[in-house]
Amino acid sequence: MNPQKETKAKPKRKKVQFSKLYPDFYIERDWDKCIKCKLCIRECTYEAHGWDDKRETLTEDHSKCVGCHRCEATCPTGAIVIKHHPSRFREHDTWKPWFIKNVYKQADTGGVLLSATGCAVPFRNYWDHLVLDACQVTNPPIDPLREPMELRTYLGPKPDKVEVVLENGKYHLKQKPGPWIKLEVPIMFAAMSYGAISLHVHQGLARAAKDLGTLYNTGEGGLHASLYEYGSNTVVQCASGRFGLHVDYLNAGVAIEIKIGQGAKPGIGGHLPGEKVTEEISKTRMIPVGSDAISPAPHHDIYSIEDLRGLIYALKEATEYKKLVFVKIAAVHNAPAIASGIVRAGADAVVLCGLRGGTGAAPTMFRDYVGIPIELALAAVDERLRQEGIRHWASLIVSGGIRCSADVVKAIALGADAVYIGTPALIAVGCTMCGRCFTGKCPWGIATNNPELIKRLDPDTAYEKIYNLVHGWAHEIQELLGAMGLNSIESLRGNRDKLRAVGLNEVELRILGVKHAGE
Amino acid sequence: MVFEIDAKDLHYRELNQQIRKAIAEGAKHLVIKHVNGHRYLAAGVSAEVDIDVYGVPGLDLGAFMRGPRIRVHGNTQDGAGNTMDEGKIIVEGMAGDVVGYAMRGGKIFIASDVGYRVGIHMKSYMDKIPVLVIGGKAGDFLGEYMAGGIIVLLGLNSRYPERPLAGMFLGTGMHGGVIYVRGHLPETQISPVLKIEEIDDKDKATLENILIEYAKDLNFDLEEIWKEKFFKIKPKTHRPYGKLYAY
Ligand code: SF4
Ligand code: SF4
Repeated sequence: MNPQKETKAKPKRKKVQFSKLYPDFYIERDWDKCIKCKLCIRECTYEAHGWDDKRETLTEDHSKCVGCHRCEATCPTGAIVIKHHPSRFREHDTWKPWFIKNVYKQADTGGVLLSATGCAVPFRNYWDHLVLDACQVTNPPIDPLREPMELRTYLGPKPDKVEVVLENGKYHLKQKPGPWIKLEVPIMFAAMSYGAISLHVHQGLARAAKDLGTLYNTGEGGLHASLYEYGSNTVVQCASGRFGLHVDYLNAGVAIEIKIGQGAKPGIGGHLPGEKVTEEISKTRMIPVGSDAISPAPHHDIYSIEDLRGLIYALKEATEYKKLVFVKIAAVHNAPAIASGIVRAGADAVVLCGLRGGTGAAPTMFRDYVGIPIELALAAVDERLRQEGIRHWASLIVSGGIRCSADVVKAIALGADAVYIGTPALIAVGCTMCGRCFTGKCPWGIATNNPELIKRLDPDTAYEKIYNLVHGWAHEIQELLGAMGLNSIESLRGNRDKLRAVGLNEVELRILGVKHAGE
Repeated sequence: MVFEIDAKDLHYRELNQQIRKAIAEGAKHLVIKHVNGHRYLAAGVSAEVDIDVYGVPGLDLGAFMRGPRIRVHGNTQDGAGNTMDEGKIIVEGMAGDVVGYAMRGGKIFIASDVGYRVGIHMKSYMDKIPVLVIGGKAGDFLGEYMAGGIIVLLGLNSRYPERPLAGMFLGTGMHGGVIYVRGHLPETQISPVLKIEEIDDKDKATLENILIEYAKDLNFDLEEIWKEKFFKIKPKTHRPYGKLYAY
């Protein structure tokens, strides 16, 4: 054989893509029900459904399906079911399909694994090991339908002591406290930038925050011109990229949040891929269309607590001390010491974001393995600030993995003033947790700014769903409080005696500052 | 009419209150004497006003400001022009670290040297193009993460003749904008994601506009500036993370 000839004749080698061979999902179509209306083809943004002209029939490419359930939900005859792909690898407790498939993906592309949502590893969820108290016989529960039940919360530093003076026969406070932010319900909407999610979701969040008497957070992508009217319910964010950040923006809300980190990806910055930087996004972020919006890992003007103080006061000075300044960090090993530094640097609130905090895009290794659970971080930070006698200097807001009203109640009993929710608000507007937000193709019209796709979720629906969710949670919180014999959320704050643990070890109990059930 | 403020016994908070008050009352030209480390001077001020500063301003001079023209008759500390939006800062001496961080508009003219991390993450949008001119030399990390705007590094008026024009890690992560340097930078200083080229006629026109204004503001000899060749440093890609991920 002539080797030279062989090399010449050799056809171009087709690269095998192992990651495409074993799909996660299986699109099952019931041919008896299917009327070949082709709606599924239009609804699926990942082109998993197709049409074969020759055979005049619908086709499926299972490898393209991300499991968003859009086609299933919209199919007029209910002909589609999205299932886990039945094909299985040999059972292996170490080499689960997740790891095998990730290796294939990286071997195919040489890239960094990217994910969305929050930590998907089944680390112990402490909320699920905490139970609440209720009154029986010796002290009566309170019925919130019968008696007033206070959920109102004030954010901001509280004075060391309250001094009153008598003037002209009337008592009044010696020093006017505040500025404070009044929340009618201690549930706020977490930072999700316009760009990462659609303007319609932002509009829904802003309106819901207004009607609920709480706050939503712009995230780091600037503030769309149409949302300035919701200023008194807005937290504006100042992240390392400083996108769309100018004097009007800083003055637009009631608080400015310096974002140091987030639970989904502690220690790294973020970037909005150029594909998602459309005309409108570009206007709000003030960067050219199609360019990557990169937020470096650190703020390069903050390398120390002293520098952080520098930025906190620069923001306060620039807004004439009318705004509260929050500092948000990811919950990491040293969170208590860092939180103490943040409070001493002059922040009005510390925001702690835990391991399970959601995101539209994070390297998978960070999403899953960097940071600590919010329950432990919260308990440790609250305890540390109390020990140092500075807990009242700043409010404590927590986020990352809050799923229901009982989680909110437990967080407050562990010491939080309020919580931020992100993922629950998105699920409320239809998110199915498919975890592909970074593609910009969200089939539910949430994590996208494609002008066609955003029509799938209108602002009115977004508003209504988000409002309803928090309305329901607020009522549940009132009932839980009533059952504990408390008539205000203030009496629950840091009241760990209302919590008991089930199935936790001594170390965990010590950190949480909670007794075991039965004690 | 010139409105004078003596900063001698004032806390920065009081000084800023007086500045804002004077502007609200219509002052168009402020002269501030005895500035000595006062932080956040004119931070967040949104007005067309001239401010002459005598002494050394502290951290974050003109941070977030929109409009004022500040002339510092002396040196300034770190953070000058932090996230500045519009206006102008002229420093007749040196400036510290982190000058013009995330600056999105306006001009900063420094007569002499600057410290580390200068011009990080500057960005431009539409007709808003921030300009930072350094008469002396720059420390490490000049123009890091730069996303837009123009930095001009002259290396003329430096206290450190023995040092290179710029420190290490020049333009790391840069994905937009341009850095013009007067004179030669060793290849080893340019990261592989950047390209260095001789300037063309368009660059020359841009530079000329900037330098005429700069020379006038700070008494530089324009001919002297043009005696050396200028080079431009630009990123090779605007999408540094474009191909990073697997999913
Ligand atoms: S990606 Fe969504 S719409 Fe497309 S086939 Fe899968 S479940 Fe259906
Ligand atoms: S927001 Fe959209 S893309 Fe992201 S997880 Fe939810 S449904 Fe999927």
